[in-house]
Amino acid sequence: MVTKEVRDQYKVTIGIECHVQLKTNTKLFAAVGNDARDAEPNTLISHICLGMPGALPVLNEQAVALASKAAFALNSVPSPFSTFDRKHYFYPDLPLGYQITQFYQPVVLGGSVDIFVDGKPKTVNITRAHLEADAGKSSHPAGADYSLVDLNRAGTPLLEIVSEPDINSPAEARAYAHELYLLMKYADVSDADLFHGNMRFDVNVSVSKTDELGTRTETKNLNSFRSVEKAAEFEVNRQIELLEKGQSITQETRGWDDAKQKTFSQRGKEQAHDYRYMPEPDIPPVQLDSDYISRIKDSMPVMPGEWRTKLSGLGLDVSQTDILLDAEVADSTVDYLEILEKNLTDKAFAKQLANWFVNIEIPFRADENNTVSLSNEGRATVYAQTAALVGDSKLSSSNAKLLITELLTHETLPESIEKYADEQGFIQVSDTGEIEKVVIDVITANPQAAEDVRNGEMKAIGFLVGQVMKASLGKANPGLAQELLRKHLQ
Amino acid sequence: MSDTTAAIPTTSQWPSLKDLTSQVQSGKVTAVELVERALKTIGEKQDYQAIIATIAERARARAVEIDKLIADGSHVGRLAGVPFIAKDNFLVFGADTTAASNILKGFDAPYQSTAIERLEAEGAICVAKANLDAFAHGGSTENSDFFTTKNPHDTTRVPGGSSGGSAAAVLLDMAPFALGTDTGGSIRQPASFTGIVGYKPSYGLVSRSGVIAMASSTDTIGPLARTVEDAAYVIDIMAGKDSLDSTTIDRDAAGYDITSPESLAGKKIGVIKEYMGEGLDAGVKKQIETSLESLKEAGAEIVEVSLPSLEYSLGVYYIVVPAEISSNLSRYDGQRFGFSDKSAKDLEASYVQSRTKGFGAEAKRRIMIGAYVLSSGYYDAYYNKAQTVRTKLINEFNEAFKDVDFLAGPTAPTVAFKIGENASDPLQMYLADVMTVGPSLVGIPSLVIPAGKVDGMPVGLQLMAPQKADRILLSVGATAQEKLSKEQK
Repeated sequence: MVTKEVRDQYKVTIGIECHVQLKTNTKLFAAVGNDARDAEPNTLISHICLGMPGALPVLNEQAVALASKAAFALNSVPSPFSTFDRKHYFYPDLPLGYQITQFYQPVVLGGSVDIFVDGKPKTVNITRAHLEADAGKSSHPAGADYSLVDLNRAGTPLLEIVSEPDINSPAEARAYAHELYLLMKYADVSDADLFHGNMRFDVNVSVSKTDELGTRTETKNLNSFRSVEKAAEFEVNRQIELLEKGQSITQETRGWDDAKQKTFSQRGKEQAHDYRYMPEPDIPPVQLDSDYISRIKDSMPVMPGEWRTKLSGLGLDVSQTDILLDAEVADSTVDYLEILEKNLTDKAFAKQLANWFVNIEIPFRADENNTVSLSNEGRATVYAQTAALVGDSKLSSSNAKLLITELLTHETLPESIEKYADEQGFIQVSDTGEIEKVVIDVITANPQAAEDVRNGEMKAIGFLVGQVMKASLGKANPGLAQELLRKHLQ
Repeated sequence: MSDTTAAIPTTSQWPSLKDLTSQVQSGKVTAVELVERALKTIGEKQDYQAIIATIAERARARAVEIDKLIADGSHVGRLAGVPFIAKDNFLVFGADTTAASNILKGFDAPYQSTAIERLEAEGAICVAKANLDAFAHGGSTENSDFFTTKNPHDTTRVPGGSSGGSAAAVLLDMAPFALGTDTGGSIRQPASFTGIVGYKPSYGLVSRSGVIAMASSTDTIGPLARTVEDAAYVIDIMAGKDSLDSTTIDRDAAGYDITSPESLAGKKIGVIKEYMGEGLDAGVKKQIETSLESLKEAGAEIVEVSLPSLEYSLGVYYIVVPAEISSNLSRYDGQRFGFSDKSAKDLEASYVQSRTKGFGAEAKRRIMIGAYVLSSGYYDAYYNKAQTVRTKLINEFNEAFKDVDFLAGPTAPTVAFKIGENASDPLQMYLADVMTVGPSLVGIPSLVIPAGKVDGMPVGLQLMAPQKADRILLSVGATAQEKLSKEQK
């Protein structure tokens, strides 16, 4: 194990390449379906996917539009002129014998991503992002003397986003990966379904005691934020341990064993390919004029950074905001931020709303035993009226939670939410006379506690308030109850 | 071997494409009769080895269909019932598509080339697949993995290549026209060697979809025919944008069909100085000069033009083209179609053995050159430098066309050479392309028309026009052919 003391002597440098699968209807270079999730093997293929003689790639314009949106999401602009290249290697899941990618002139050059780690902001610069076609999928059944190839994924459009080596800890690596996820989701360029491999991360890690960068390793194909962090953590420790033992780091490609939570060696530098990159003569350069670029810019939705700015006046902490940002895109049919945005002028209510979302609705939905049927409009009404009832002291905060979770399961709202809350027994009693009767009963029934209060032992008043709440079946306004208890015990 | 003089008819059995189509449409002759006529001629002249396979069954069935449509009074297209022959690197239904290579032997095309589809949509009928240098790598058909086509003018000589089978087939009157591909001269040089018309259109004018790629950035598709009018008629049908090939360009709004050929009067033709100098056979030079003199008589202004970078065009071509070839041939890996060596023990061996046994020597030579010039450390020194010179060449041609309407020169430095003469010397073979690779690298249209003979062997005059100026080149070219053919009589 590496002690903190040893570890602190090393500077960690991490760069991340992320492959994002773009949500086009068809493949990057062929007019066949792109969503292979439920398709039988080798059903989403055409002549070009199979590398048939004479078949030519035809660029999918939608992929260019999505890459252009991604450029703005990455705080950059799409390049007005980009080109495609061929990257050569032989493998059965690469039927053409080359991958079509953008090596020399990518669609996105430069950019940046803002992240927060431990509440502190940091900017990770983007080197480039380029379009490329995915390969097919090979599988090697255990014990079989054959391998299987599924070309459904061959030609799926990917955007490879390459960061500068600006990341200095596994936690930052995770935050960066998560922020990329949010950016791609908000820009609506990818389903960003990590489970289905829509985003895959290659993490380059090196450590050094000096300003000179150490030898790096690349751990490929990580498909969760957690594995990005864990793999980076593992590599940092492994490399420091080796260096501390006086050994050197081998520049290599490594894989991640999720079960063992370990990286393992896959391919050394000496086995690195010469890809013989060549301009792709079958695809003319992509030229985007300024009208096109400004149309894309105008079509950009509100991005996470802008949401953070909008919400900044509410005094939420970073993690609360992140929960809201995540929830907004976890299910695109459910609005949180839009509802909040409409109420930003009423800061107190907006903050309460944010808290209710974070503490009540989002955890409620996360429990798969619960079903939420209410529309976005209905939800907005529930929250507004619940807040009004709380404001009028008609509803305690604990009953507010019960009312909200109850109503979320409704398909249609009751005519009057207040009446409904009352029928459900959620409305608290603020009628002084009614509560006073209960208070007198409670004082009578608890003479010792009453005596203690009279003697100035004020903590006993909490017990008495509890008794009032109990006797009123939770409907009494606790503030009022305390006020009345004090009055009677002066 | 059949008698040479009988094999090349003095009068063709095929009237012009327009006349032929109207004869079919009017019922004067049936599509079935035309297909049988073509198949019969192919059968009679098979000793020339121009044809790899006939598509008899499918052709006959299509002919019957077309005749039925005509009998029913239904609409038939502009090439109804007209038989044609396609070079065997076009994907066509009804016969294997091999590109004359062992690695594609037995390959049954799952779709058809756009060019074929467009001709078929107008009622044309593909009756046979013509021989070529395997994957179109060569200028003689000697690189065919199957056999060498013989030049009907002299069977000891090559017909040129790589579209040598198509050229010989037209000369032998097997069909009124044939399709070829031209990457660095593969339509023009065999047209010159056999004394017929060959047309390499502007890059992108005819879709490359479904044509087995040689070098994607210079591959073009065009006809070999007896007259420029027929070539233009075929181009008119094939030309224009294709959603399956992003490098295709818009067709000329006025089309390419020649209704009245444009006069040569007042047209300024620049004779390329570099093509008329050292290395050009004296007999060929004299024929070209005589032809240019005729065009002058017809009203053309003849001037000399120098394109200094042409000196490097062959060098540039044999870097850029092998690079693209090495890439384009990657898909022939023995895994999904074509030849696969079943004795291979593992994946690596399957790749190596399938490609070693499946590709011929020339394909391997070009793959190696291409892989070398693209490899890291050599890319800048070779590929990048070649592309820089290519740009310079394009600029020089553009500059020249500011002053002249057309450029002209010979098509090849010699007449058809003897079979085997250059076969053992690849460099000598490559030199035969020296006058055709320039226009290919630049992407301009180039027309070859018969320009007499030297010792009984034909010579072709090459006429070039600016990019996309195909319409005027064909139209003036028709006038030029008319003029030259009168002189030759």
